[in-house]
Amino acid sequence: MLKEGQIRIPSGCAISGIFSRAGQRFGGRDIIKSISIMHERSNGLGGGFAAYGIYPEYKEYYAFHLFYDNDAAKEHCEAFLNRHFVIAQTSEIPTTRTEGVIGAPLIWRYFVLPITTRLSHSLLDEKEYVAKCVFRINTEFDGCFVVSSGKNMGVFKGVGFPEDIAHFYMLEDYRGYCFTAHGRYPTNTPGWWGGAHPFALLDFSVVHNGEISSYDANRRAVEMYGYKCTLQTDTEVIAYVLDYLTRQKGLTLREAAWVIAAPFWQTIESMPEEDRVVYEYLRNMFSSQLITGPFSILVGFEGGLMALNDRLKLRGMVVGEKDDRVYVASEEAAIRIIEPELDSVYWPKGGEPVIVRLEGGNQIGGV
Amino acid sequence: MSGGITVISAEGMNFKELNDNIRAAGGDIRLTECFGQRYIAAGLGGRRIIIEGTPGNALAAYMDGAEIIVNGNVQDAVGDTMNDGRVIVHGGAGDALGYGMRGGRIFIKGQAGYRAGIHMKEYKEKTPLIIIGTKAGSFLGEYMAGGALIVLGIGLNGIQPVGNFTGTGMHGGVIYIRSDEKPRGMPAQVTAEEAGCEDIKAIERQVREYADIFNFDINELLSGRFFVLRPNARNPYHTLYTPNLR
Repeated sequence: MLKEGQIRIPSGCAISGIFSRAGQRFGGRDIIKSISIMHERSNGLGGGFAAYGIYPEYKEYYAFHLFYDNDAAKEHCEAFLNRHFVIAQTSEIPTTRTEGVIGAPLIWRYFVLPITTRLSHSLLDEKEYVAKCVFRINTEFDGCFVVSSGKNMGVFKGVGFPEDIAHFYMLEDYRGYCFTAHGRYPTNTPGWWGGAHPFALLDFSVVHNGEISSYDANRRAVEMYGYKCTLQTDTEVIAYVLDYLTRQKGLTLREAAWVIAAPFWQTIESMPEEDRVVYEYLRNMFSSQLITGPFSILVGFEGGLMALNDRLKLRGMVVGEKDDRVYVASEEAAIRIIEPELDSVYWPKGGEPVIVRLEGGNQIGGV
Repeated sequence: MSGGITVISAEGMNFKELNDNIRAAGGDIRLTECFGQRYIAAGLGGRRIIIEGTPGNALAAYMDGAEIIVNGNVQDAVGDTMNDGRVIVHGGAGDALGYGMRGGRIFIKGQAGYRAGIHMKEYKEKTPLIIIGTKAGSFLGEYMAGGALIVLGIGLNGIQPVGNFTGTGMHGGVIYIRSDEKPRGMPAQVTAEEAGCEDIKAIERQVREYADIFNFDINELLSGRFFVLRPNARNPYHTLYTPNLR
């Protein structure tokens, strides 16, 4: 697989997400319909989906989705997985030949748990152990790429228009309580299978429309804490920054949003005292995690979904609600096409996170 | 044809196909099942198009005299560089409404997103007008060079109907805001004063048509305080980048 730097293809984009607060599982059909109405925002150089709640029968296991260049790479990687994990199930991810989808790698799925003795000897907590293994594969194993590594979730992505990628993976057949989607129009980074969105680490997945001006500053900052940016694609760093802020530093997702899309100092100065102290603290403490440049992102995580715009709101994003469903998309039409009669529609402000969670539990780091 | 209006279902149509059909049909049109097709009525004049559904970005871009009525919300960049005509939206609007607009009128019943009226300009008799019913997002009238923007704050009981950084980079035109409070965080280059008699007359002239369209009581819309934002009189940006010692 050629990575950024080896090839370069100049990317707008489309994002869409559907979430059932009641945790009702639904098929992939709606998300496909939603993202394909925004066909013009993509150019066929990348499409992808993250789906949550799709593997209930293996929900205690980390679901690893892997891309391999060839059988040798697969053997090499499987030997590593066998040394570090108990593998409950291995299978090729079902795909179907699809016009417009070419150059697919070998695509495999493993349900794994860390080997107990190895985990305890590592003196790491379980998630850190898994994350370290993911980074090792992505940096040291040629021709191997971990597409996703969370529990009860998976990422399905590739080079092509999103509707074609969905057909390729037969996404309609998966049932989950949350789907996010991305249609890519690369501006700065190449269109290759690993570089398509979503980007995922553990249960976090990110789809992103925009481009990050602060990419290199953010990358250098997270690399100090052991994250390795292997794709040189700006979106990847968002997933790592969020993982760092919430899992490592214990911030809530809302606080993490205030860090990455921090208000201007001028705006902070005009806030009431109690808010001002919090924002000042976050801006001072985590200045290297401020993400500048235009973005609208959807962040999937276990039991929830967050939508966020950059502080200047340089990209479109609309939220719609109907009964227990929450819809977020780059364009309202992408919501109306699947739910014409909405209970409410709103346009969140720049830097104002919209966080939705399953009712009655599964909280990550509070609100 | 129904009542002299051609009905076109936009269902499943690509934007190009749809716009080709609209051009070919001629006369007035009712578009149904519209979902996100871009550039509707781009450059069009002398027609009326009624839209059911959610038209895509850049509705009425470069429009030159047509009338658009949307029974729903509109997305981003409506009226981009519009030259003449009228856009009526019985709902809200996304970001960058009236981007670089240079003539005609846009009437939004509900709210507008960020950057409404960015880069609006005027020349002689060409003075564009945007009226927003409820509230507008941040950067209202950014880099505004001409024309008029009115935000009515309907139903907000005098609470400020605009976001932060209103009028940043403004160097022409006028913004009227109905509100009990003076807008916050404005740049030094823009002045905000409470509307005087002449201003209120100007506002009334502009708002009358809006009130008729949406069935609002004009007296109700004119009640309360209005603030008038204008660029600071002379050479307001003379020290923005470097001292300009002329």
